[in-house]
Amino acid sequence: MLREDYERLRWRCIRRGLLEVDLALTRFLDQGFAGLDDEEQQAFAELADMEDHDLWHLISGQAECDDPRLAPIVAMLRKS
Amino acid sequence: MSIPVLKFDAVIVGAGGAGLRSAIQLSEAGLKTAVLSKVFPTRSHTVAAQGGVAASLGNSEEDHWHWHMYDTVKGSDWLGDQDAIEFMCRKANEVVVELEHYGMPFDRTDNGKIYQRPFGGHMSNFGEKPVRRSCAAADRTGHAMLHAMYQRNVKANTQFFVEWMALDLIRDSEGAVVGVTAMEMETGQVVIFHTRATIFATGGAGRIYYSSTNAFINTGDGLGMAARAGIPLEDMEFWQFHPTGVAGAGVLITEGVRGEGGILRNSSKERFMERYAPNAKDLASRDVVSRAMATEIKEGRGCGAGKDYVLLDITHLDPATIMKRLPGIREISIQFAGVDPIKEPIPVVPTCHYQMGGIPTNYSGRVVIPQGGDLAVPVPGFYAGGECACASVHGANRLGTNSLLDLLVFGKSAGDSAVEDLKGGSAHRDLPADAAEKSLSRINALDNRKGGANVHETRLAMQRTMQDHAGVFRFGDMLKQGVSKILEVEKAARQMEIKDKSQVWNTARVEALEMENLIEVAKATMISAEARKESRGSHVRDDAADTPEFPNGRNDKEWLKHTLFFPQEGNKITYKPVNMKPLSVETIALKTRSY
Repeated sequence: MLREDYERLRWRCIRRGLLEVDLALTRFLDQGFAGLDDEEQQAFAELADMEDHDLWHLISGQAECDDPRLAPIVAMLRKS
Repeated sequence: MSIPVLKFDAVIVGAGGAGLRSAIQLSEAGLKTAVLSKVFPTRSHTVAAQGGVAASLGNSEEDHWHWHMYDTVKGSDWLGDQDAIEFMCRKANEVVVELEHYGMPFDRTDNGKIYQRPFGGHMSNFGEKPVRRSCAAADRTGHAMLHAMYQRNVKANTQFFVEWMALDLIRDSEGAVVGVTAMEMETGQVVIFHTRATIFATGGAGRIYYSSTNAFINTGDGLGMAARAGIPLEDMEFWQFHPTGVAGAGVLITEGVRGEGGILRNSSKERFMERYAPNAKDLASRDVVSRAMATEIKEGRGCGAGKDYVLLDITHLDPATIMKRLPGIREISIQFAGVDPIKEPIPVVPTCHYQMGGIPTNYSGRVVIPQGGDLAVPVPGFYAGGECACASVHGANRLGTNSLLDLLVFGKSAGDSAVEDLKGGSAHRDLPADAAEKSLSRINALDNRKGGANVHETRLAMQRTMQDHAGVFRFGDMLKQGVSKILEVEKAARQMEIKDKSQVWNTARVEALEMENLIEVAKATMISAEARKESRGSHVRDDAADTPEFPNGRNDKEWLKHTLFFPQEGNKITYKPVNMKPLSVETIALKTRSY
């Protein structure tokens, strides 16, 4: 990912409406993101585009992700 | 260097609830209105508000704005201004119905009216019994509110500048506000917004504390900008805390956990609440529990390497009960504390939640400052509403569901006042020659400094200092030390260095600029808290205890007054009286606050 694209994504992860999402996404950026391939990074960016409550429900296991592209990333967010 | 100038009738800084509500008034009045926001509007921190919005609609049972006013004055521990509180409570029905008309999906009763539920501190008949006053949209009230108001703004042609950060307030030689400087994050370009009205709706600054329920975005940008421009900050010693946030993360553990049998323990596993509240124990009120936790930590009985948290133990509960009655708690503990609460206790600390103080305004949303003998002179062209403003309706403590009401009522009234002041089409006042100077020099300093302080470490030092010295329960000696410590942190914050020097999407620079705002708020809080030698509402001091002369430690003879902190005048503090005179009804007379 180009620096500019990464920094934009980073901003959209570290400044959320919900603290829970701030914490979960910041941690993942610091720990798991670099190990993803291009397609997975794209999938993560799509997740980061979701509304805060919907994303938090996925991360906290209160909702399930039925998109096969996104589900593995959700699983990583849950574990991270 | 020539800086681009964008001319608008009005600029609103912040696109949470208050900013969006203001923008509707301005745009619908036909004024050319810009809204600046660090994030897309529906990602503002208002999205986290779940409880609802208070309004005495009386849909479920009899209710009256005057009863709501009484509750709010009492909740404020009589520090709230009674004119502003009457104004807010009387306007509540109107702003809630407007929101309904904007398309807000409120929960409804069987006959189609807005459903109302009870909420702590809201009573009928002047404190007699709980009343159903809160209007909510499931558990997503704030979220639904942002969407409804954003759409209304789109219809009204409000111009949004998303992922822009406002930098500094621009005042002319007469002190009037003529706009702001702002930076587009994508390009790093600094621009002047030259306006006839500037409205701050930047939210709170809960990130000054180490443990905070606030999202990372709450960095007090409006307060920092106001402080740097010579505007005092009012009542900054008053912060609402919640007893149980996950230590190190801040995420709330609902009080329901103690309701289901959760027990607080110190480092020797002692159930310490038995000493502080022999009857209620862990179910004592928020204030009592928070104070007990803070005392345990201060006296060295905290847990962990830093001895800086206590434990919330539910390991004795049936796992099935935890899963069924406390949904989400296990996930939060695993995610943010790294412990499974079925097997291990959860580390918790009293956690900052809401800022009662802010930029001083009157109930019309105009920013007011002392001038000559008058203690509340409007600053031409400058307005504020929501958590960043202090009208003051919350006084020394806020009632639940009054925060969403505050942002609707005062967002709207700030907008209305600007519309009124701009009638007749007066010209833009001239920009001062050095309009962008202050912002550019701050950015240049960050870009060029070598060997300066690390932003992350400086922020952490500030947050630790605030948590340890000006937390939920305050001690005279700790506050004194806290003042020296925070002034040391301020020195570091004036000398920060960033490694990334790029123009485009430089988030390190934005975080450094946010830190320059946070430190203004932290300093105002610490110095104002040290100075107020009484306990009132959320400001509770060990050395201002409950006595017959001063029940709950509140000293109305000396301290029934608002703090005004002037960072640009040698950190001077002055005071102004509380407005005890409502608009139309009789004063709600001083009484001991008890529930």
